[in-house]
Amino acid sequence: MAQRKADLVVGLFMVAGLAALLFLALQVSGLAPRSSEASYTLYANFNDAGGLAPRARVSMAGVTIGSIRDITLDRETFQARVAVDIDVSVDNIPADSAAVIRTSGLLGEQYIDVSVGGDMESLSEGDTFYSTQSAMNLERMISNFASGQGQ
Amino acid sequence: MQWLADLGRQGRQLVESLGRSSQFLYGSIVGAPDFRSGFPLLMKQLYFIGVLSLAIIVVSGLFIGMVLGLQGYTILSDYGSESAIGQMIALTLVRELGPVVTALLFAGRAGSALTAEIGLMKATEQLSSMEMMGVDPLRRVIAPRFWAGFLAMPVLAVIFSVVGIWGGMLVGVEWLGVFEGSFWGNMQSSVSFTSDVLNGVIKSVVFGFVCTWIAVFQGYDCVPTSAGISSATTKTVVFSSLAVLGLDFVLTAVMFGDF
Repeated sequence: MAQRKADLVVGLFMVAGLAALLFLALQVSGLAPRSSEASYTLYANFNDAGGLAPRARVSMAGVTIGSIRDITLDRETFQARVAVDIDVSVDNIPADSAAVIRTSGLLGEQYIDVSVGGDMESLSEGDTFYSTQSAMNLERMISNFASGQGQ
Repeated sequence: MQWLADLGRQGRQLVESLGRSSQFLYGSIVGAPDFRSGFPLLMKQLYFIGVLSLAIIVVSGLFIGMVLGLQGYTILSDYGSESAIGQMIALTLVRELGPVVTALLFAGRAGSALTAEIGLMKATEQLSSMEMMGVDPLRRVIAPRFWAGFLAMPVLAVIFSVVGIWGGMLVGVEWLGVFEGSFWGNMQSSVSFTSDVLNGVIKSVVFGFVCTWIAVFQGYDCVPTSAGISSATTKTVVFSSLAVLGLDFVLTAVMFGDF
């Protein structure tokens, strides 16, 4: 009887270990693809995606409304094509809104800020942002400034 | 000239004990008991070594994660990047603190107990009476303890990391108000399963092997007196800690050193 109790407790211990490893795999290192239900996909083309990374946030007026799904290179235009998942509750983004890459803080991660337009029509599944603004590149700004090309 | 002779004797003793411990390791690994009779013994040892260590592991993991959360927030908020706190906590725990602190606690809690138990068995001549009865003490006593330590350490280290991350989230997200999405998002985009989580698990497997080996060998090899057992227990903790920290540097250099 004591043996069976020990077996049971050790079994629970091992299960706890496996569950912990599963947690590290799924939640901490994000192995599983995120479920895309309750969101719709928009696209944005940038000349320079900078340090943007998948799963970074997409915000509007400082409120997080979605996340970046993936970033690919468009072979036709040589632009970065960023797919973003937007929460379905935000289904009225004006069609002439712009996607802007911003940095949170001085050294923080980069994210996409949607600056709101004034169009009556709104973006829906599969649409592409009309205008975008690429990542601010400190090095390029300084070199432009140094060579007198800055505005 | 006396010091030269002393040095030589000490060097010889060191090499001798290395040789003995390697033979002993071979004996206890190859002499693993067969599955049916050895399984209950292994279960019992896993219970004593693994399950009973859970309390200290969970509590230490929780507090270390909470301290990491507080310290990380204080430093990172100076740069306005406190959302990187999740990434910092997870990487620190999964790569370093999880395996290393677990191994140090394990040496203190389980290793010393193993040494004292086996040493007392030797002092009270239980081991020699087993040999008289034709039972190999390496198989009956040492092998289950060795394998139990080897199996328990990675499990404990993984649980330590998870509890620590949860503690860090408690402080960072719940108390200090870091945005939860960027806490997990930053963590998920920077922690890789193969090169961070699995390397941490490999580290803890190595530490489990070394710590248990040192513990059972010190017990088996001790001078069978009360003073001998106490010095063997001390040696277990000291040697295990030094071995873990030294090996950690080597493993880190190999795994994350980029050369």
